[in-house]
Amino acid sequence: MSAASVISRRAVLAGSGALILSFSSAGRLLAQNDAPSQAAPPPAASPPLPGSLKKTPYLDSWIRIDADGAITVFTGKAELGQGIKTALMQIAAEQLDVAFDRIKLITADTALTPNEGYTAGSHSMQDSGTAIMNAAAQVRQLLVAEAAMRAGMPPAQMKTQDAAVIAPDDRRFGYGELVSAQLLHVTAGVISPLKDPGRFKVMNRRIPRVDIPAKLTGNAAFVQDLRPDGMVHARVVRPPSYGAQLVGVDDGAVRKMPGVLQVVRDGSFLAVIAQREFEAIEAMRALAAAARWNETAKLPNSASLGAFLTSLPAQDIAVLDRQQAVAHGTKALSASYSRPYLAHGSIGPSCAVAQFENGTLTIWTHTQGVYPDRAAIAEMMGMPSDKVRCIHREGAGCYGHNGADDAAADAALLARAMPGRPVRVQWTREQEHAWEPYGPAMLIKLNAALDDGGRIADWDNEIWSNTHSTRPGPAGSLLAARYLDKPFQEPPPKPIPMPEGGGDRNSIPIYTIPSAKVVYHFLPTMPVRVSALRALGGFMNVFAIESFMDELAAAAGADPVEFRLKHLDDARAREVITTAAERFGWANKPRAAPGSGRGFGFARYKNLAAYCAVACEIEVDRDSGRARMRRAVAAVDSGQVVNSDGIANQIEGAILQSLSWTLYESVTFNERRITSVDWSSYPILRFSAVPDEMEIHVIDRPGMPFLGSGEAGQGPAAAAVANAVANATGHRFRDLPISAASIKAAIGV
Amino acid sequence: MKLSINGSQHGVDVDPRTPLLYVLRGELKLNAAKFGCGLGQCGACTVLIDGEPVFSCVTPVALLAGKQITTLEGLGTPERPAPIQRAFIEAQAAQCGYCIPGIMMRAHALLEKNPHASAADIRAFLEPHLCRCGTHMRILRAIHRAQAEMMSANAGGSG
Repeated sequence: MSAASVISRRAVLAGSGALILSFSSAGRLLAQNDAPSQAAPPPAASPPLPGSLKKTPYLDSWIRIDADGAITVFTGKAELGQGIKTALMQIAAEQLDVAFDRIKLITADTALTPNEGYTAGSHSMQDSGTAIMNAAAQVRQLLVAEAAMRAGMPPAQMKTQDAAVIAPDDRRFGYGELVSAQLLHVTAGVISPLKDPGRFKVMNRRIPRVDIPAKLTGNAAFVQDLRPDGMVHARVVRPPSYGAQLVGVDDGAVRKMPGVLQVVRDGSFLAVIAQREFEAIEAMRALAAAARWNETAKLPNSASLGAFLTSLPAQDIAVLDRQQAVAHGTKALSASYSRPYLAHGSIGPSCAVAQFENGTLTIWTHTQGVYPDRAAIAEMMGMPSDKVRCIHREGAGCYGHNGADDAAADAALLARAMPGRPVRVQWTREQEHAWEPYGPAMLIKLNAALDDGGRIADWDNEIWSNTHSTRPGPAGSLLAARYLDKPFQEPPPKPIPMPEGGGDRNSIPIYTIPSAKVVYHFLPTMPVRVSALRALGGFMNVFAIESFMDELAAAAGADPVEFRLKHLDDARAREVITTAAERFGWANKPRAAPGSGRGFGFARYKNLAAYCAVACEIEVDRDSGRARMRRAVAAVDSGQVVNSDGIANQIEGAILQSLSWTLYESVTFNERRITSVDWSSYPILRFSAVPDEMEIHVIDRPGMPFLGSGEAGQGPAAAAVANAVANATGHRFRDLPISAASIKAAIGV
Repeated sequence: MKLSINGSQHGVDVDPRTPLLYVLRGELKLNAAKFGCGLGQCGACTVLIDGEPVFSCVTPVALLAGKQITTLEGLGTPERPAPIQRAFIEAQAAQCGYCIPGIMMRAHALLEKNPHASAADIRAFLEPHLCRCGTHMRILRAIHRAQAEMMSANAGGSG
């Protein structure tokens, strides 16, 4: 490949600014989509590349086409059960102009795919979807240019269809025959010849998810299902409480148990490796019984978490201080809201398989971030990171930072103890419940005042929370690393800066309020292990703000939906709210049935991602205090829709998971140990409490940037539930969970 | 000992106290029954013993001589899915999908025994199962879809 032809291809891409003029302006909007928090400052004068192309600009990092026409797409994001694989394949197929089933997709793997950090924060469509969309469009453009050169005709006269470029004289150039070694090894241009959404054939269809058939027919679909030849089974014996030191263990009897291959001890990290899985479990139980620990943990009083949080030393962050000289409110309200620690509670406890061979380490893991996990594990192992490969394999749904990275670290340590053999580590249910990093407890205090016209004039919001991310990070982020003979220290926690935010995520009211102040009391002291749980602080902030909006509406004598609309200018926000309200029949049914209540909740996730409104009806059994959602209706605007069923599935799930968090869930502990260690001590939603009806309305915005849907429903659903319970009972519940016991106590039956 | 699994006899050489789940996954390399809790609290490991749903994670194989064990793999394959599997796939009734095989086994058992199960019957029967992704609405829709399909197939057969 000559330098001249590379330059000419660069010229093709550079020239796309001119080409784009013949496409709709919609394409430009998509191309300009930009993930605000992760964007490095762009070099002067050159606009940033779209999505993750910023960090990984070469087209062939994303799309490869073989001589036989096989098309492989690469993403650094991982399938977590959110359906991202299918959506990314739809995007690539559309922009390449090939059939959906011709696309092969490779997901997060440090040896193969771009580094896209974590699959988190509802960023996958914005980061990877945008990158793949633009890369695919540019690849198609290069193929057209190549075919045009060969045909001796202008590119504008060429068409693409089913993985081939067609000349006006009907000559057909298959993508495979057009591509040569270096054709796609060029950096992306800023602007892509994106298809007009009006011509979409794949990108706006409800294509069934590619991962579902294997999962529903017993194929090997999960990391738990891997069985490489020679694999052995390991179990870790975790300490009884945070920070406990292993004083001694008489493992002589355990070593003689059937199937036991090794007992591994490194400081206070204790594990057993056995031939078969049940042998490893039996040996783990015996080893746990033989271990003696020195326990030092001191946990707060779980009955007064709010007082505990406000007693901690805080680093105060001024999130918002907007003062406008207007008439101050005359009717003041104040309220405080709290939530306990919440568990991710993955149905499949964490698991990993690792193999250490010839100085290299391969780990199959359900981590959300193969690259950061690799960096942390390499540091822990004292290995160069290029000798460690992390390959994502699906686990059960994670909903944030659970035990996945820690299990990968366990597997790495144990694989080194058994070189050559693949070692599978499976956490127990009790370990997952006791050791996963929980979503942090939070306290929010809100003050506001209404003016004489019933509008909010002043707003004041204070938030107390630990960090919402302790993800790797350095080696000390990994659980096992802290317990080794030469331990790694847990890194000091840091707040996640706005506009994405951590504890302060979604803390700036989206409503039009003249004077508003938000202060985040970031709490570095973390007696309970915490990290990212779906929506981070966005869940609690939206629960509090949207509960408070209902309280303010009541004080103003206004309908809750009307009250929200009165304070909103954003047309897309208004449409989401009115759609949910209309489909619910909000205006038609001002009163719910006796014993029932209706509630509304709305947010734009992070104030910059998807819009979601939820209306629901809750019935309350006055004898037991049990609240049950009877019906929910949601509307969501995630920008350009790729697969509306995928979005609906995410929102349905968000509503039901949020319902569970809101009504039932709370991590429990005594002064030393976590006591919610299984499903009986940490109850969640069961089928008897599932609503009778649920409708999700997905609003399509053709040509607009992808906004990501995974976490958008979490906060609005919680607020809708709390508002409906208040409507049903006449009592406002501000502390989560809104348990049957607390409802029964409040309504005094 | 000998175990009858999905219609075939399998000789397994394990400690008789071993829960069935580890024999299915370890010795027979079957994936559908999942480890979720090992405590009989979540249903991810559910299989059928003589047509009745049981938690394989807490059922020692010592109890299973002479009994018919059916796993999801015994209902259908990717190429020829059973009605319950087809209905779940058509309803896109999965997010992560980890809990679904166990739920399908219990739903299948119910519909075999009581083809006319009401919506309330179905919910009550699924009570032992947890789904953390919140796929419940789709799961219920898929079971109703399978029920309709099984009933129309039966009606066609008898008519």
